[in-house]
Amino acid sequence: MSAAATTTPVQMVNVQIDGVWMQFPKGTRVIEACKQAAKLIPHYCYHPKLTSPGNCRMCLIEMGTPKMTPDRKPVIGADGKPEIAWIPRPQISCAQDVSEGMGVRTNSPMVQECRKGVMEFLLINHPLDCPICDQAGECKLQEFSVEHGNANSRFLERKVKKPKSVELGPRVTLDAERCILCTRCIRFMQEVAKDDVLGIVDRGSFNSIACHPDRKLDHNYSLNTVDICPVGALTSTDFRFKMRVWFLKETPTIDVNCGTGSNITIGTRENRIYRITPRDNDAVNGPWLPDSHRLNFKFVADPKRLTAPEVRPQLGESKPGWQQAINLAAEALKKNSGKVAILASGRATNEELFLVSRLASALKASVVDILPRTGEADGMLIAADRNPNTTGAKLLGVATGKLAEIANGIRSGSITALLVFGEDATNAGLTADDLAELDALVAMDILPSATTDKAHVVLPSSAWCEKRGSMINLKNRIQRLNKAVIAPGSARDDWEILRDLIFAISGSNGLHSIEDVFKAMASATPTLAGLTLSRIGDLGVDLNNRELPSAGHVVPPTLPTL
Amino acid sequence: MAYVVPRPELTLKEKAYLPSIISGLKITFGHFKKMLQGKTKVTMQYPEEKWDAELPEYYRGAPTLVKDDHDRERCVACQLCEFICPPRAITITPEEIPAGERFEKVEKRPAEFKIDMIRCIYCGMCEEVCPEQAIYLRKDYAITGITRGEMVHDKKKLYELGGVFKGLVHKWNPEK
Repeated sequence: MSAAATTTPVQMVNVQIDGVWMQFPKGTRVIEACKQAAKLIPHYCYHPKLTSPGNCRMCLIEMGTPKMTPDRKPVIGADGKPEIAWIPRPQISCAQDVSEGMGVRTNSPMVQECRKGVMEFLLINHPLDCPICDQAGECKLQEFSVEHGNANSRFLERKVKKPKSVELGPRVTLDAERCILCTRCIRFMQEVAKDDVLGIVDRGSFNSIACHPDRKLDHNYSLNTVDICPVGALTSTDFRFKMRVWFLKETPTIDVNCGTGSNITIGTRENRIYRITPRDNDAVNGPWLPDSHRLNFKFVADPKRLTAPEVRPQLGESKPGWQQAINLAAEALKKNSGKVAILASGRATNEELFLVSRLASALKASVVDILPRTGEADGMLIAADRNPNTTGAKLLGVATGKLAEIANGIRSGSITALLVFGEDATNAGLTADDLAELDALVAMDILPSATTDKAHVVLPSSAWCEKRGSMINLKNRIQRLNKAVIAPGSARDDWEILRDLIFAISGSNGLHSIEDVFKAMASATPTLAGLTLSRIGDLGVDLNNRELPSAGHVVPPTLPTL
Repeated sequence: MAYVVPRPELTLKEKAYLPSIISGLKITFGHFKKMLQGKTKVTMQYPEEKWDAELPEYYRGAPTLVKDDHDRERCVACQLCEFICPPRAITITPEEIPAGERFEKVEKRPAEFKIDMIRCIYCGMCEEVCPEQAIYLRKDYAITGITRGEMVHDKKKLYELGGVFKGLVHKWNPEK
């Protein structure tokens, strides 16, 4: 616990869990205390980031308080520990905080019997459509039914029929039959999204989740309700019936749609992205992710993707190989040495930006800057700065704020060559005519743009999910990108293209892997000293308050959030 | 440790060999005689002659897809067979059944279902795992083709081979 870091010391209480005495900070919920003690308590309605209504009854446990003598003194047992007076009836663990001398039994015969009973009730009206249900494979009802349920149903009556395939909003579809009425979605919309559009209607046997009659579930965080739905009641309209979840290869990486750098998991199968889900990181996004960010991956599989290097006819070669294209680009740039401007991208990784700065010094570039990209902040996870790595670009000296000088330089003739990395120069105040004026225009991008149309050499690069690297978010936290899919055709990793360009211009630089690049960058940048790509880990490292993990540092395993 | 194999004590008759040779020749000549009389048939003239009628009930031929009593395709594209298939012969593309169709209530079906019969090892795990009783190994064993493409059975071909299976589960039927 971080007791030392806070000014008021956290009061610890002694709790006995399954016979073992442990200490927890006051205010910890019993279910969380059990989780910390590696006793996972099955639950549906409880979510660590939401209030506890205690309506699913799945987290029942046996609880006890210290046994007291008539003069209110705790009775001390033979082992020197206080004796516990067990409450004869089971208690829910999600709505109760730990208290001094509390006893918890998480797996006693009574608790097992309770779970079995609750499971049986929950399954009474649950349809047996697991074969078509998208949640199958990550469904808590399925998992706990295997663990705690009965093999056979004793229910002879007909199951209640409820509406299926109800469009709650543009991105969420409801199957009311599968719903177990845990109200997680309702509470999420009330407490986190602050847009109270969901509720339960038709109280009684036919009660079901519904949207306010005049409203739609169209909030930009609506898909989080799908994530926290413990069953297959709320499904993502985009992912619905596309692929079974057990086929998906999950790659932990980060979102690049804004400066927050939300942690995400990309689900892919056979080099195709099927869905993006949030990944728990309390230092960044918690368990949430905006819809607009998680659905913005379709462009990766765009058929118009650039797949092979291209060279304008006046430079020769109509279908150049990589080496030829890079040599031609290097020659054209070297000719204009000293009159080169570089337009880099705030969407590039630190490693790429580091190589850009090296390239800039090799070419004696007069102007280097990134293209700022701003939008409206939503007060939650979307930052106004829509570039994911502005902080990294500033740290590495690539973001200089001299963007206007590029256009002026081209118009006055002091800049005759332009390198554009992953941006469209027409967004940076340049016109297509300005670009046509240039003696050399080299563009590196994934999709065709006005810049690649005019470029003398086009070098196809990789999208954010096709490469490794690191980015620094607006809170100065360095995080890792991982490779989920392979780039199409002969498109290459950005850092490899940059390295080859530097090699063609100034000779060897001894970088053979992305780890080498990071190492070179960390030794040249004091803020990153001592870090490596692997030391950043899946949750990132806060650069403001950095405790360097020692070489043999092992992260203790944590239980997943259900 | 050495182990001594006890040698059998041979009788005089056994030592002479001749009685055994004679009894053996008797069998040989018996077959020879039956063959001359046309009573034994040694070779079956495949493919003109086939043994199909004798195939046992449990015979595992090509996997096929079947429809139910209401002419509904049983498969709901749960992809469990694709998951279990040891040689990864099965590829399913799922789709949502559009609203307004007869079996709209079932919600999901395969848009395409492909079994690569070059890969298939006829193990029958797809049949075993199917929760909808939609895939069966029937008695077709002579799966041939001139190209690799021909050897991939698509949805149409699979239903053609499978046909209708009546009286199985009625999970998706309106009355139950």
